Amino acid sequence: MQKTLSRPASPAVVSNTIVPSGKIVIEPPSGLPHINWRELLAYRDLFYFMVRRDIQVLYRQTVLGLAWAFLRPFISMILFTFIFGRVARLSSDGVPYPLFSYTALVPWTYFATVVQTATTSLITNSNMLTKVYFPRLVFPLTPVLSKLPDFLLALGLLPVFMVVYRVWPTPYVLVLPVLVVMMAATAAGLGMWLAALAVQYRDVNHASQFLIQILMFAAPVVWPVSLMTARFGETARLLYGLYPMVGVIEGFRAALLGTVPMPWDLIGIGAVSASALLFSGAYYFRHMERRFADVA
Amino acid sequence: MSRIAIEVENLSKRYRIGLAQEEEQDTLGGALLSWLKAPMTNFRRLQRLSRFDDGEEADVIWALRDVSFQVAEGEAVGIIGRNGAGKSTLLKILTRITPPTTGRAVLDGRVASLLEVGTGFHPELTGRENVYLNGTVLGMTAREIDRKFDEIVEFSGVAKFIDTPVKRYSSGMRVRLAFAVAAHLDPEILLIDEVLAVGDAQFQRKCLGKMNEIANEGRTVLFVSHNLPSIEALCARAFVLDEGRLVFSGGAREAVSFYLNRQVFGLASGVDLRHHPHRLPGDREPIFTSLRLLNADGLETSSFAIGEPITFELRLDLGEEELETPFITIAIEKRGIPICALTTRFMVAQRFTLTGQAMARCTWRPGWLTPGEYTVSRVTLKAGASAERLDHIEEVLAFEIVERDVYGTGKIARKDTLLVPDGTWQFF
Repeated sequence: MQKTLSRPASPAVVSNTIVPSGKIVIEPPSGLPHINWRELLAYRDLFYFMVRRDIQVLYRQTVLGLAWAFLRPFISMILFTFIFGRVARLSSDGVPYPLFSYTALVPWTYFATVVQTATTSLITNSNMLTKVYFPRLVFPLTPVLSKLPDFLLALGLLPVFMVVYRVWPTPYVLVLPVLVVMMAATAAGLGMWLAALAVQYRDVNHASQFLIQILMFAAPVVWPVSLMTARFGETARLLYGLYPMVGVIEGFRAALLGTVPMPWDLIGIGAVSASALLFSGAYYFRHMERRFADVA
Repeated sequence: MSRIAIEVENLSKRYRIGLAQEEEQDTLGGALLSWLKAPMTNFRRLQRLSRFDDGEEADVIWALRDVSFQVAEGEAVGIIGRNGAGKSTLLKILTRITPPTTGRAVLDGRVASLLEVGTGFHPELTGRENVYLNGTVLGMTAREIDRKFDEIVEFSGVAKFIDTPVKRYSSGMRVRLAFAVAAHLDPEILLIDEVLAVGDAQFQRKCLGKMNEIANEGRTVLFVSHNLPSIEALCARAFVLDEGRLVFSGGAREAVSFYLNRQVFGLASGVDLRHHPHRLPGDREPIFTSLRLLNADGLETSSFAIGEPITFELRLDLGEEELETPFITIAIEKRGIPICALTTRFMVAQRFTLTGQAMARCTWRPGWLTPGEYTVSRVTLKAGASAERLDHIEEVLAFEIVERDVYGTGKIARKDTLLVPDGTWQFF
């Protein structure tokens, strides 16, 4: 691990004070919650160090270290290839099943890990919650960034598989960053919803595992969207697109493997619902935030 | 009149304490039914944690009630009160950790709070990494920490280990590093809760010195502590809180004596504990029924000579319940400074059982304590180390230790120390 700390490149800040000098008025919460962007911005260094802490701590004292970033999607891929590819013989839109499922598992693993970590983030950090004030949104949003390196590493293995199976990417790989943003937004939105619920209702903690499992089978991770369209028609396909991970996963496959034409419809619909999830999650979180210290 | 730094108006906060106990079912059918209904009842119970009806409910307490005060810029003000008097709640509201139920507070200036040292410390990270993490948690920017980093490390005295993971630190080192970060916050308004109760005596003095420095630099300090002498030393003014209300506001010395006079109903040789006003609220019926203080002759008294053993006779009403080797603790303080805790946990080797109308008697040989007023600051009963408290009373009663010609010189020892030295001189 490196010992010197590099700092985030930040624009020149004249003032040193984090809480802008000025009056702080403390009153009982009333009315609709709002998101205090200025304050979030003021605490960006904290956000940076929280993300850093997460990344640094993740693989300390493990034997395999960073290899875990590949291993999790890789092991799932082997499992799924056997069960869904060989035994159940699900369609994989004409590409080898391992490649088909790994391409989906890379974004999916990121999504699942972020949602899971965000859900428990307030509870695992409850000692901070009750002792010091800072924008609580930092907690569920930290994994959204801190899990990105793992995602990129897992993604880095994909070209190896593609070479092995002689599958070449389409020019649409340039769209991948958009899909990554969409994936992160969806994970953040759901993470904020579940985190806020989990503080008061610990059941959410236990249930989130199953929820994520259900969401995985609901997403086209082990099977292609074409299977769905074939059975239920085009309207069902568009409705299905409301689940943002559908557009993300199909988009990944279309861009990297060229299995289907770029599913712009799914991506468009998904982007709308991902934004809705993100904003509603942030507002719900802010709404519940007032109670965190009392019920945590 | 200088600028107002902290202005608090009619601040109140209500909490719901605990989750009400379930009624017990004694039939299989009843138990099955209540088990099936459990998710629904649990849901309502959890919801009630943060919802309040208008009426006064039994399990709702007002941790703070209509508290108003002003603190001028540059003032150091202490807040004293028993446990549960609302001190911590007040700080939590002022630090925005929890919102008030009603009322309003205005803080004018950059605020830093210290409710705990080392918040956010991660054992796997090095000292250096933790300084940055902890500093930003407390509200500093990375540039600010860069600037003060050397100073922080020097103050902490752990420079040699700054690149070692914190999990390899001793707890003392950890606390020193954490306080060093906090001490360099550079706020205009500083809110502090009892952080001085950590670290060794030398480091505590260093902390007090640093806080004094902060107070003398014209910063505004709000300081909550049990340690009355340090309140007197640090603060010019102090508030006394009792049961959520502000009952006194004035000079620190006056506040301390007001507090001492108020909390204890004069010296007492015994006290009825069944309806003690300082029992901490809980779901259970009171268990302790009385406490008596006996001298070496077995006579009930409230004054003891220096060195004289003191016997505490504690009666309990356990009803049907049988307690297997419970932890009973009697804590003694002098003006807010803990003297000792007499506890069955460490002092009793054999197992014992208490049931029905029980009695526990503890004889304490206090050594040569300086004459003055002492308090039984707490009696608690727990079923085991990690079990919940079955009963808990604070500021139970006061007794005094009176002078005695211990040296046979006819001269009386100094009173400004904790101990009358039990020793001899020799000359050659």
